[in-house]
Amino acid sequence: MNKVLAGFVLVALIISSMAIIGLADAFKVAFVTPSTINDSAWSQSMYDALVTIQNEMGKDNFQFVYSENMYVISDAAAAIRDYASQGYNLVIAHGSQYGGSLVDIAPDFPNTAFAWGSTANTFSDQGITNIFSYQPYSEQGGYVNGVLAAKLSETGMMGVIGPIETGDAKRYTEGFQAGVMATDPDAKVSVTWTGSYSDVSLSAETARTMIKAGADVLTGTSQMVIGAIGVAKKEGAIWFGYDVDQAPLAPEIVVSSVVVDWTVALRPMIAAIQSGTMGGKVYDLTLANGGLKIAVNAEGLVGKTIQAIINGDIVVGE
Amino acid sequence: MSWSIIIGILSSGIRLATPYLYAAVGETIGQLSGVVNLGVDGVMLMGAYVAFFVALRTGSLSLGLIAAAGMGGVFGLIMAFISVTLKAEQGISGIGLYLFGLGLSTFLFGITIRNVQTIDGFPDLAIPGLSRIPVIGEIFFQHNILVYVAFALIPIAWFLLNKTPFGLKVRAVGQNPEAADSLGVNVARVRYLTVTLGGMLSGVAGASLSIALLNTFQQNLTNGMGFIAVALVYFGGWRPVLVFAGALLFSTVNALQIWLQVAGINVPSDVALMLPYIVTILVLAAMAKRRVNAPAALNKRFERGES
Repeated sequence: MNKVLAGFVLVALIISSMAIIGLADAFKVAFVTPSTINDSAWSQSMYDALVTIQNEMGKDNFQFVYSENMYVISDAAAAIRDYASQGYNLVIAHGSQYGGSLVDIAPDFPNTAFAWGSTANTFSDQGITNIFSYQPYSEQGGYVNGVLAAKLSETGMMGVIGPIETGDAKRYTEGFQAGVMATDPDAKVSVTWTGSYSDVSLSAETARTMIKAGADVLTGTSQMVIGAIGVAKKEGAIWFGYDVDQAPLAPEIVVSSVVVDWTVALRPMIAAIQSGTMGGKVYDLTLANGGLKIAVNAEGLVGKTIQAIINGDIVVGE
Repeated sequence: MSWSIIIGILSSGIRLATPYLYAAVGETIGQLSGVVNLGVDGVMLMGAYVAFFVALRTGSLSLGLIAAAGMGGVFGLIMAFISVTLKAEQGISGIGLYLFGLGLSTFLFGITIRNVQTIDGFPDLAIPGLSRIPVIGEIFFQHNILVYVAFALIPIAWFLLNKTPFGLKVRAVGQNPEAADSLGVNVARVRYLTVTLGGMLSGVAGASLSIALLNTFQQNLTNGMGFIAVALVYFGGWRPVLVFAGALLFSTVNALQIWLQVAGINVPSDVALMLPYIVTILVLAAMAKRRVNAPAALNKRFERGES
């Protein structure tokens, strides 16, 4: 009898202590990214998503750390390995340049899940089971911007300033071109690749050259485009944004921005990890699932009209 | 190719050359006295950050410009202290200064301004009369004030280095510091002055980006321009006029490659992007034999009393 009781007590103790440990163990994420978390583009969009998730789950249940400025891939690989060995639940390598490093590192840490993008490759064909991937269907957002751009352009010429012809930037640009062509087959879209994600000066001069050549609507991707936005603002050309809502940079000229909401990939990814799946899934971010959103400039005509209706300044119907 | 395109390319080239002019002229003066400062890019970043921060907070572009020159001067003093007083190896300490400027400007931006913002920088200033001259006016006389000052800097630097006692001292210290010292020239003081002046000009180079040409600040805004500026000093053989020519050549070819892509001319973007570098290397190779002007004491530490 005593032995049975002692057995029950022991089991109860074990279960309750496991529960306590379980509660105390927050879900821990490490985030490695090539630029800074305040870049108004790629890195900031993921950082903002992590902050959102933390607010949803609470600081006790979700913690994250980050390493920014990891543009040197070997530095990033060292950071990824460090985080994995410290027992983080999920390590996000936020850049398509980090794939090679993950293939090396992930198999050594079966209890850590890794995620990277933009790509559909989880390396499951190489037998790796703990890598997730994510990919925004940037062409969908690009198409929407393209349709609007073609409608708004008076000269019929538009310019796209991209970094390197690959990944997100390429998909967005192709979508933008398709949207323009579907709306105005006679329009011209000039695409320029600057060869750099960070050459603000080159992006500014490219914008200036495009405007000189007759473009009155511009768009572009990566953190260097702030140079182009500055020029567009000065010259009065229309700008369409990507990655984050870029209207605050130039409220007078930004019409809309394609915003990537990474929480749409992060929420199911975290749920999968908590239920024991460590990788092998691709998370798409689309207009249909809300992973891509079109942010309308609140200080533009559409935004102001919406706000006026909400405030009751405009009453529609009776 | 129509006139308007040529005008556009040349006018772009002039704008693109502006930051290089400030930084490269500053570096030329320092190198003529015998000090190589490879940290130009870091000093430019600090100048760009401070100018933007001050202009954003006070609304005064002029204050931003002065702050950038001051910050550049402080960084120049640091370089002078390390290389002249402590006699550290110049190349390595310059790289250190670059990394310090890159890191510090990123850090300060992160804690003071946080998010990328834009401001209204120095406006374009059409020079009355001159800007109306066909072609020439559009290429040369419709820029912001910092572009004009950059161009005025070339004759000023030439005059300072070739026609004043100070210039003579600078060159003497760079060619033969022992001889200059024996004639009563204070080698250390001359080098402190040139390196600090070089730092101030690098700071202004950064400001020309953040409050005149790009009107924003972002981590690593210069993207390595400071290193191109150092290369331009060698390209120009330590003569301000040739440094100026090199900056214009590099920037104009850069403007040309932008135009090639915008015009949809069928050149792969990677090839277009290589153009400025290829042309610069070709010209450098062609002029290789003319490099006789190098300061003999460049990159050498000066110990008083040594022979």
